[in-house]
Amino acid sequence: MAESLLVVENVSKHFGGLLAIDSASFEIKTGAITALIGPNGAGKTTLFSIISGFLAADGGRVFYNGVEVSAESPHQRARRGIARTFQIAQPFAGLTVRENIAVGSHLWQRSRAAALKAADEVAVSAGLGAQLHAPAATLTVAGSKRLELARALAIAPRLLLLDEVLAGLNPSEIRDMVPVVRELTVRGMTILMTEHVMQAVTALAEHVLVLAHGKIIARGTAQQVAADPLVVEAYLGAGAAARIIGGSTHA
Amino acid sequence: MKPYWPIFVVVALLATVPFVTASNVILNFLITTLLIALAGQGWNLLGGYGGQYSFGHAAFFGTAAYTTAILQVQYGINAWLGLIAGIFAGALVGAVIGALCFRSGLRGSYFSLVTLAFAEVLRILSSVAPITGAGVGTLIKLDLRPEAFQFQSRVPFYWIALALVAVSLLIVRVAENSRFGAYLVAIRENEDAAGALGINTFAVKLVAITVSAAITAAAGCFYAQYFLFIDAAIAYGPWISIDALLAPIVGGAGTLFGSLLGAVVIKALGEATKLLTGDAPGLDLVIYGLVLIAVVGLAPRGVAGFIAALFQGRSVRVFDKPGHDHG
Repeated sequence: MAESLLVVENVSKHFGGLLAIDSASFEIKTGAITALIGPNGAGKTTLFSIISGFLAADGGRVFYNGVEVSAESPHQRARRGIARTFQIAQPFAGLTVRENIAVGSHLWQRSRAAALKAADEVAVSAGLGAQLHAPAATLTVAGSKRLELARALAIAPRLLLLDEVLAGLNPSEIRDMVPVVRELTVRGMTILMTEHVMQAVTALAEHVLVLAHGKIIARGTAQQVAADPLVVEAYLGAGAAARIIGGSTHA
Repeated sequence: MKPYWPIFVVVALLATVPFVTASNVILNFLITTLLIALAGQGWNLLGGYGGQYSFGHAAFFGTAAYTTAILQVQYGINAWLGLIAGIFAGALVGAVIGALCFRSGLRGSYFSLVTLAFAEVLRILSSVAPITGAGVGTLIKLDLRPEAFQFQSRVPFYWIALALVAVSLLIVRVAENSRFGAYLVAIRENEDAAGALGINTFAVKLVAITVSAAITAAAGCFYAQYFLFIDAAIAYGPWISIDALLAPIVGGAGTLFGSLLGAVVIKALGEATKLLTGDAPGLDLVIYGLVLIAVVGLAPRGVAGFIAALFQGRSVRVFDKPGHDHG
């Protein structure tokens, strides 16, 4: 097994004149939780879409488990073991929770009965056991986030890309969700997550990557990046770090 | 697992009709209803379950009708072999149109418009090509022998149409209970999410349009044998594309019996308005249109959805039509 499950090498992406991702390079260690943080519009979701195959990069390469997957479609990457959730939940709205998850289970289960049974187990582990037969359209925000996660887990991925699974949740819902995510690494999954909720990033991630204007500007532990002047400036504007250190911040 | 017994019950009940009545008017009405139900069931698999709204199922219907007619008239091939050849030809056209549309990533109304365009191109080509009889059409020689797929009485035709509908119902139920069906519905509900779960959406849609085309093609072959005459406007005309999508939508798109229910409703409605309006030309179509608007407006999930809602004691407006989230 490769030490780095995912390697992103000099990936760039333009949208017209906008350089969304500017030669981003990083590696994700097998079995760890890595957080990708950055201000709004930094390119986090774009980078996720490139890794999962929904967007083609203009340059650079993506390796998964030592194999280049840059040219593969989303479903081919999913079969290799890359699962993603969507920042804006994308449920199969007309189906029940159970049927939603079973679509994922079918990747490894041909028979309908086996897929539904597998879906029940995944639903329980994601805390959706009580809503198995509820239409996905009726779930709360927290419920939809859990469903996104459960559906991704149903394909039994090795690399899980979580795009803001905690966004829109209240503090108590976040407290409920954090152990669910941590439990996944215990089961052998490698996780790359984007997140705005720093409480969760600090609690979960061993490694943090900071993306700003499409560039990786810092990497390290949560404490290291929080103390990095470049990161502070990316969030608060040029000169902010110096003002904070100098104690001369203006209200 | 969804049960198979309702199919056997419904088909068995319908099979007894010729023992109850010998009226040619009623049998003719039922045969054309089954014909629409069959063509519509093809559409239902692709449109109702897969969310790919084809406006051009005439392409499959017409290709099959012409294939079986031309093979008999020009090459003297047996009509039953013509039926099989017609189904294959229709399926092939479905696979080609599907491959072109889905490979180019056409979704929603773009897919609808391109399928309509394919059917129209085929209609125009068949109205000028010598092999189809061009503007004159193709007349299948009268040969009232079962070996030639022609019968003295309408009763065997009725049973054959019913058998074809039964097979189409079984195909759809098998799909509903399979991984393929789950994938197809997932694509209807959210194609991107389906891809993220490892579904090869192109392959699933391609299989769906091919099987869908084969079912509608069977209706085309049956039409040719029953009426013994086709021309460009009948085979590839918009009427069949519209009936094939109207029946399942009125009956309940994405439900097993949706197409059959809808075919009964629209054919009964069509006959009733003709009786009511008598000689006033076009008035029946006005009433027909108004009633359809009312049906679709009041029961957006079709007759099947309306019945299900009654049983659940809910308003029929609780849920939108399947596939409502497509932009």
